[in-house]
Amino acid sequence: MSLNLKIALAGEGGQGVQSVAEIITEAAYQAGFQALYIPNFGVEQRGGVSVAFVQVSSEPVSAPKFTTGDIVVALSHRAVERVRQYVGEKTLLVYEAGLEDDVRQVYGERQRRLAVPALAIAQEEMHPRVFNVIILGVLVGVTGFLERRDVEQALERQFGHKFAQDPDLRELNYRALERGYEIGRENL
Amino acid sequence: MAIAAQPQMPRVWRAETKPHKFCPGCGHGIVLKALGEAIDALDIQERTIFGCDIGCSLLSWDFFNLDTVQTHHGRTTPVLVGIKRARPELVVVSYMGDGGAYAIGAQHLVSSASRNDLVTIIVVNNTVYAMTGGQMAPTTLPGQKTETTPYGRDARLTGRPILGPELVAAIAPPGAYVARGSIANIVQLKNFIQKGLQNQLEGRGIAFIEALSSCPTNWHTNAAATWRFVEKEMTAYFPVGELRTPEEKPSGRFQEVPPYES
Amino acid sequence: MATRPVTGEQRAFMTGNEVVAWAALAAGADIMYGYPITPQNEIMHYWTRMASKYERGFLQTEDEIAAGFATVGGVLAGKRAFTATAGPGNVLMQEAMAMAEMMRLPTVVVVTQRGGPSTATVIYSQQELNLTCFGGNGEGLRIVYSPSSHDELFLYTIKAFNSAWKYRFPTFVLGDGYQSKMREPVTIFDPEARGITMEPCRPMVGLPGLPGEERDPAHLRNTYNLEDELYEVLMTAIKEYEAIAPQVVEWDTYAVDDAELLIIAHGVVSRAARAAVVSLRERGFKAGYFRPVTLRPFPAETLRTLAARARNLMVVESAYGQLKRQVQAGLYGLETPVTGYLRPGMGITPEEIVEFVHAKELI
Repeated sequence: MSLNLKIALAGEGGQGVQSVAEIITEAAYQAGFQALYIPNFGVEQRGGVSVAFVQVSSEPVSAPKFTTGDIVVALSHRAVERVRQYVGEKTLLVYEAGLEDDVRQVYGERQRRLAVPALAIAQEEMHPRVFNVIILGVLVGVTGFLERRDVEQALERQFGHKFAQDPDLRELNYRALERGYEIGRENL
Repeated sequence: MAIAAQPQMPRVWRAETKPHKFCPGCGHGIVLKALGEAIDALDIQERTIFGCDIGCSLLSWDFFNLDTVQTHHGRTTPVLVGIKRARPELVVVSYMGDGGAYAIGAQHLVSSASRNDLVTIIVVNNTVYAMTGGQMAPTTLPGQKTETTPYGRDARLTGRPILGPELVAAIAPPGAYVARGSIANIVQLKNFIQKGLQNQLEGRGIAFIEALSSCPTNWHTNAAATWRFVEKEMTAYFPVGELRTPEEKPSGRFQEVPPYES
Repeated sequence: MATRPVTGEQRAFMTGNEVVAWAALAAGADIMYGYPITPQNEIMHYWTRMASKYERGFLQTEDEIAAGFATVGGVLAGKRAFTATAGPGNVLMQEAMAMAEMMRLPTVVVVTQRGGPSTATVIYSQQELNLTCFGGNGEGLRIVYSPSSHDELFLYTIKAFNSAWKYRFPTFVLGDGYQSKMREPVTIFDPEARGITMEPCRPMVGLPGLPGEERDPAHLRNTYNLEDELYEVLMTAIKEYEAIAPQVVEWDTYAVDDAELLIIAHGVVSRAARAAVVSLRERGFKAGYFRPVTLRPFPAETLRTLAARARNLMVVESAYGQLKRQVQAGLYGLETPVTGYLRPGMGITPEEIVEFVHAKELI
């Protein structure tokens, strides 16, 4: 299967954008793809919009950053504006559903888009901390190149030590992944 | 015809490179002789690395039968710290002037003192930058004329002479050895340097010895005036003696606390 | 001796800084001297976590001046010593590297370029080419490798130790912030498993035998009294550098045989340049790619042959002409026009390069 996928993710520090990028590239690498992930980073240790650039391909990845993403994820008010430069005509914009007005204002009506009520799901059905895992699930579902098992293994590598202390946490993460995955599949 | 008695020179003295390159009346030869005798006394010639700085101290690069490295201005201590960390069995001697130690290399001195690096530092204090032609040094005395203080050092504008050993004594952790000697008392100076080397051999901490020295070339003094300047003027400002022995605590504010457990 | 840090070959997915730490371990580096500066920090972080397990040393110094000079000390003592730095730290490091150049000391420095001049950004650039190749008050008698991938970062970090100790010139691995921070697949290996023998280290001070009696003392200096003395020492070093250059120089090419447009880039940017060439070729344009792997010595002769056949040359770099000047100096007299796509401190994508090629009608 020939694949060349570029995803930019942006959110506030603490929203877990970098973890999502790390897990998805790690899972892609373990599944035999070429993968490259680079965080943006500046002089501030905290604050500022956190952006992650992810590329997954059947061929070796060229430049670490890219001009236009196939998928661009915006998870905060500031992120919606920040990622504008990576959004092209064909880009699928994935965003937290609560940011509908911001998205409409910056991108108008025409942009390909997928609103994910991740905040509401996390708060009402699960736990605020799995907000980013729902987004991860959406990306896995909507791209379709990874098996859920690949992602679960990557989650285990990342959070295994925490899961070992609190098995409920594993169940919670898997449930969030599943929920996001279903939303993604519906929009594949 | 009777042959004039030759002065006894240390074993580490390298005859092939004598007479040495220092000016007549310079104190370096005396300090180096004291160092040589101390090395002889401790029988550490085979494992001693001698490092010299920029300035007149660099003229000692071939002075001894010791493995020697001449470094950059103020950088001798970090080079020797690098050697010591890589080969702890070696004994390292960092030899420099007051400009190298207290001006351009001050951050290295402060940091090595704080780390209690196992290095023996010898600073030759002659109150001027000598090799460059006699400019004001960190140690120039108030009122002293130099090429950059032609009307005498004005302490209000350029500060007061730095007290190197006092600085090191204030901040170095227990185990450090700090002293100030003078070319006017070579036995005492040799004794201080030997204790400084001993401190390193025993792995106790940093050893820092300042040696009050002379520079008639840049002081524009004759023998009597040179000697008077060292013994009277310099000694009045820079008191000679031991400032720290390994058992003593820093003279600055110091409190022993148990290591933080995170 | 602890077990080998890497056995055989191992696939991994990690950041470039981690790759450097593993490479230094695998190369048998004995000690690192370092001072914090972004984006190099994690090299120290990984090194300090692993060093004690494999009986290696580390010292965090008071600044990059001390880190550079302590590395000089470690090398004088006969150890495979290294340091890593970036940007303003690289500036400070040049003093010690000038001494290493004068005294032919096999120091190894990993540079992770960040934006410049001054503090600029902690992120990325290719603006430390001039500084790394020609820094200090000397003649640039250094070996500078510019890797473009994690696999190369690993390989050339190991190679840097070998070239340094074999040829006795200060050696640099010129990476950048992107390579430091990005994760990509890499194969790390035990040099022996690939048939790479590590060049032995020998001390320059602290030699066996009583100096002056059983052997001559090592009297090492970088100061000379007379112009003639310096000239002789320096010309010996220059001639040796020129003699070893053909063995050291490395480059990479792609689709150059019939290339009308030759795109020249180094380091991480060469990935974008190569991808741009692939994309241009797919659309029938005769583009080729040339990449100096060693920036010092510079592969000018090879480039000259290729450039003479092309109609246009294009230099792509995240700096304002630092590579371009090396290229032009190497091609002096050749009339092929040289155009630069120069983006100081900015990342470069294949799409931008293709767009520029068409906009400037270079093909």
